[in-house]
Amino acid sequence: MSGEDRCSEMSEDDEGPSPSDLTNRNRNGDSCSPFPDQVLENVLESVLCFLTSRRDRNAASLVCKSWYRAEALTRSEVFIGNCYAISPRRVTDRFRGVNSVVIKGKPRFADFSLLPPDWGAHFTPWGTAMADAYRALEKLYLKRMSITYNDLALLACSFPVFKELVLVCCDGFGTSGLAVVASQCRQLRVLDLMESDVADDEVDWISCFPENETCLQSLIFDCVDCPINFEALEQLVARSPSLRKLRLNQHISLWQLHRLMSRAPQLTHLGTGSFSPSEVVSQNDQELNYDSAFAACKSLVCLSGFREIVPDYLPAIYPVCDNLTSLNFSYANINDEQLKSVIRHCRKLQIFWVLDSICDEGLQAVAATCKDLRELRVFPIDAREDIEGPVSEIGLQAISEGCRRLQSILYFCQRMTNAAVIAMSKNCPDLVAFRLCIMGRHRPDHITGEPMDEGFGAIVKNCKKLTRLAVSGLLTDKAFGYIGEYGKLVRTLSVAFAGDSDMGLKYVLEGCPRLQKLEIRDSPFGDLALSSGLHHYYNMRFLWMSSCKVTRRGCEVIARQFPRLVVEVFNSEEQEGRETGDYIGTLYMYRSLEGPRADAPEFVHIL
Amino acid sequence: MEMARTVTCYESDLNLKATELRLGLPGTDEPGKQPSAGIKSNKRAFNTVALQPDSEKGDQHSCSATKAQVVGWPPVQSYRKNVFQPKKVEAETAGIYVKVSMDGAPYLRKIDIKVYKSYPDLLSALEDMFKCTIGVYSEREGYDGSEYAPTYEDKDGDWMLVGDVPWEMFISSCKRLRIMKGSEAKGLGCL
Repeated sequence: MSGEDRCSEMSEDDEGPSPSDLTNRNRNGDSCSPFPDQVLENVLESVLCFLTSRRDRNAASLVCKSWYRAEALTRSEVFIGNCYAISPRRVTDRFRGVNSVVIKGKPRFADFSLLPPDWGAHFTPWGTAMADAYRALEKLYLKRMSITYNDLALLACSFPVFKELVLVCCDGFGTSGLAVVASQCRQLRVLDLMESDVADDEVDWISCFPENETCLQSLIFDCVDCPINFEALEQLVARSPSLRKLRLNQHISLWQLHRLMSRAPQLTHLGTGSFSPSEVVSQNDQELNYDSAFAACKSLVCLSGFREIVPDYLPAIYPVCDNLTSLNFSYANINDEQLKSVIRHCRKLQIFWVLDSICDEGLQAVAATCKDLRELRVFPIDAREDIEGPVSEIGLQAISEGCRRLQSILYFCQRMTNAAVIAMSKNCPDLVAFRLCIMGRHRPDHITGEPMDEGFGAIVKNCKKLTRLAVSGLLTDKAFGYIGEYGKLVRTLSVAFAGDSDMGLKYVLEGCPRLQKLEIRDSPFGDLALSSGLHHYYNMRFLWMSSCKVTRRGCEVIARQFPRLVVEVFNSEEQEGRETGDYIGTLYMYRSLEGPRADAPEFVHIL
Repeated sequence: MEMARTVTCYESDLNLKATELRLGLPGTDEPGKQPSAGIKSNKRAFNTVALQPDSEKGDQHSCSATKAQVVGWPPVQSYRKNVFQPKKVEAETAGIYVKVSMDGAPYLRKIDIKVYKSYPDLLSALEDMFKCTIGVYSEREGYDGSEYAPTYEDKDGDWMLVGDVPWEMFISSCKRLRIMKGSEAKGLGCL
């Protein structure tokens, strides 16, 4: 069930006959016996099994009561876009045969410390409900949720056929939680921890996996910043013949990596750990032939890690470059020359994450070789404002000219021009996600001195498939006018330090019918703008506005009018001290069937 | 002399004072201001204006270098930020200062061992500082034969002979140095 499409009373897309129209009547208008109903439902269930997309299933469930029931019985994967939009009980009551659950919690701005700690998104109520209702649960995917050791312990003992645990941007637990999962989930094939904050409980969790052969296919722990029992890890890898994905943390040295690779030449995805020799320089380091280890891994298509890279060892990866489709250098402090030596072999690369240490020259090299690039992310090595940045409009222009199939870009820079952005809008028509972060606030086009309105305008106008947009730099209401006029498919919009007046936000709320997630910070939009979106808020997953010009009264007006909207108002630590007068610190507003949540901390006011 | 005259002509032609960008009210004059300084201040003012076109935020933007850090901006997750900054700062600015004592010297010295690239580098600096000869290191004999031998106290509190371990490892484990008299050091050298 999705937070976005579920509530038929709230959706403006309510099509099809209402349930009362479709009782089972024959041509004479008499009620039929129950038998045909049952047949119909059985047939329906068999057919519905082929429907996998949740949007299709949501549509099917709206057709009539019988379809609703059949769909509910056959849905095996449930997606909860906002853990507070619906209660666990309602989900388990409706869907009985679920084996895979996805739940998302905190809004994305939590990643940038804009959400106070202890705000919420606790997994516990979901865990307890599912422990009762979904004994056959196999897969759990959580994003931005708080999970405790007890949650993991409950999970480990409640689901006998549990197979996959994926935790992205989660917190609240430590290595002791990993230990209990490893030891009790005997059928575990996927344990992926990504961008999560895992406490070091000083537990040797790697040793907790079953002693005989495991079914492990994927073990990702590059974000777990704790030393690892290497011998145990090596033995684990040796007795996991199905292992295809292994992403190590920075405590694994090159020499240790070499040993692991020789145990698992069948790997397809490898996170290389520190990619540097250990502190204790031994004879072993000098003698090892690292590139033969890579050459032996003939199935490698995805490389990451390089957390403390010593560039001298980079040539070791040459043997696998030809086949790489994904390369993550976003922790590797390498320059353009070092990058060039690698990238010129990577003709099949589709996903590339990198640090701006490679400079515009490095990006030019990427553009020259990676003709099939779909996704590019350029992160700043020095995330401050007002410094000389190594990448600029030159790099962006080069990428746009060389990588015509680009679909998704995230680009941090210190200076940019409209011309380069316009060029990208024309050269890369397949763009689905365009996120440009000019790090200096309110920075104009550094050559013309003009606002960046025209550049972003061109993106929404020319990129007909665009669904995700993040804007930055000096922007007037004009830019938002363009977004409202042309951004008809935009679902996610991220705004910071932009716009002149309420009109900016008004253009967007009135013009973008597909808008689902809107996050705004430090922009001069107020109550008037807020009120221009009333027709649309029930269609959105959430609206976030922090350090804008919204007053408490403006929020109260909305809260009163829309019972199915939860309107949360709070101050972050940074906003606490500031003199804001009438303006509230942060507004976080989302649709929900449950009303105000019971677990809100003191500092959150639900209007 | 010729140069000065040319400069003066140039200035009066351009009437730089009239076009000079200043923060003061028009009509007020700043006494004692040199023409060349005027040129400089022109440039500075231009840069400030160009970078900060939004006049509403005047305070913050008077000098871009002192812009206040804003929470969560740029939007880079904390684990990405932490990875690089500490290393860069430590590597480039912090020194590792250790005390150096020499047997018979009335007082100790302090040196930054980060400044040196290798053992010979360090040892020659020590020889220079204390006006002594330390000699050449050999794995077998230590500094046998020389007047003095360099030793250091490591993380575990043990006194070690300088030169046994790789330089990088030495840097990270050396707590203090002691230049021992050759006769005393004999014990260390033939372990």
